[in-house]
Amino acid sequence: MATFPFELVTPERTLLEGEAEMVTLRSAEGDIAFLAGHVPYIGAVQTCLVRVHRGGGQVDAAAVHGGFVEVADGRLTLLAGVAEVEGEVDVERARRALSNAESSGDEAARRRAEVRLELAGAS
Amino acid sequence: MAGGQERILRRRIRSIQSTRKTTRAMELIASSRIVRAQQRIAGARPYVERLEQLTADLAAAPGGLTHRFLQEPEPQAPVAMVVVAGDRGLSGPYNFSVLRVAEQALAAHQSEGRRCQLIVIGRKAVGYLRFRGMRVDHSFTQMTDRPTYEDARRIAEVIEAPFMSGEIGSVEVVSTRFLSIGSQRVERRRLAPLAEDMAEMGRPFDYEMEPERAQLLEVLIPLLVESRLFLALLEAAASEHAARQRAMKAATDNADELITTLRRVMNRARQDAITTEIMDIVGGAEALRQAAAVEPGEPGLPGDGRRAG
Repeated sequence: MATFPFELVTPERTLLEGEAEMVTLRSAEGDIAFLAGHVPYIGAVQTCLVRVHRGGGQVDAAAVHGGFVEVADGRLTLLAGVAEVEGEVDVERARRALSNAESSGDEAARRRAEVRLELAGAS
Repeated sequence: MAGGQERILRRRIRSIQSTRKTTRAMELIASSRIVRAQQRIAGARPYVERLEQLTADLAAAPGGLTHRFLQEPEPQAPVAMVVVAGDRGLSGPYNFSVLRVAEQALAAHQSEGRRCQLIVIGRKAVGYLRFRGMRVDHSFTQMTDRPTYEDARRIAEVIEAPFMSGEIGSVEVVSTRFLSIGSQRVERRRLAPLAEDMAEMGRPFDYEMEPERAQLLEVLIPLLVESRLFLALLEAAASEHAARQRAMKAATDNADELITTLRRVMNRARQDAITTEIMDIVGGAEALRQAAAVEPGEPGLPGDGRRAG
């Protein structure tokens, strides 16, 4: 399958980069999947779990807490103020955040905590 | 006797040695921090560059859009100036070179009839500008050593609302760019609206956009301002550490030189004292011998013999 260059960049560092066959994420309008040859695109990204299909069944995942995605010149750039990759999530903290958010009714915080837990495979 | 001078010199040398210990320690701390600060710059730079590219692309996309961020401000519109210097001294010309550029820029704006708002980062800069009788509208301290993204967000907060509402026409930042470990330069750049050189980077593709452009821009602008401020803070921090390292290395070298010179003077003083003493003893002994050689019972030459005896 055709691949395209991809990167996930945060203010602290470049979290993921390389070639991808498919990248899925949730944009402002809903879930969207990017394949090689996608038309130029600029969109806002919601708090979501980003999956990067590397080919050969390998999938990298990252929890992204809002940001932007751009496709130009066949390259996909994902910019996020805060993002985490697998193994970085503090499950205990995310659980606490989730219960706090549920009791206070903070929808954005609840979603963030959920995505974190989903990434950690502990939801 | 000359021993007094020797003691004074010894005391001075000891005091310089203890100063040297301090400057040497500061030099080492600064150089270890430069490395960390450099890594943080390298980590943040791709994000800021991609975000700038994205903004430029958005601005360049076909289908005209009028937005404050994409247009040149009115010539007389007030300017917000963000000045980034340090909290502490002992960093050579670091603070002052930022302040000099800031003052020049302020004077230029005022002579062209633009009012300026000052947003000042760093205790030294705040103190200096206040002392010079300037009105500091917002000040931030204790964020220059290890700036966080949150710090940048706090600064951005005081700029965004007045810019979006049109209360200020443009935002500039005066800060030190970290070019390399041996080279830093004070620069004045525009944060908002989008500067021309940045707009030129835009790639005018026919982008598919979600949500539409105006809404995207609303979310994007604060992020761009924050992240550019963040990078400016990081570069300023690295530059400050580099300036301090250089200043403290010079101080340590000067202390070394001073210690060598004073040691030399002290040793000469000590030798002089010893020589004088020897001369006295030799002179005295000689006088005694001569007195004894003259007839016994006769008193020796007055003075000499008695003193040595």
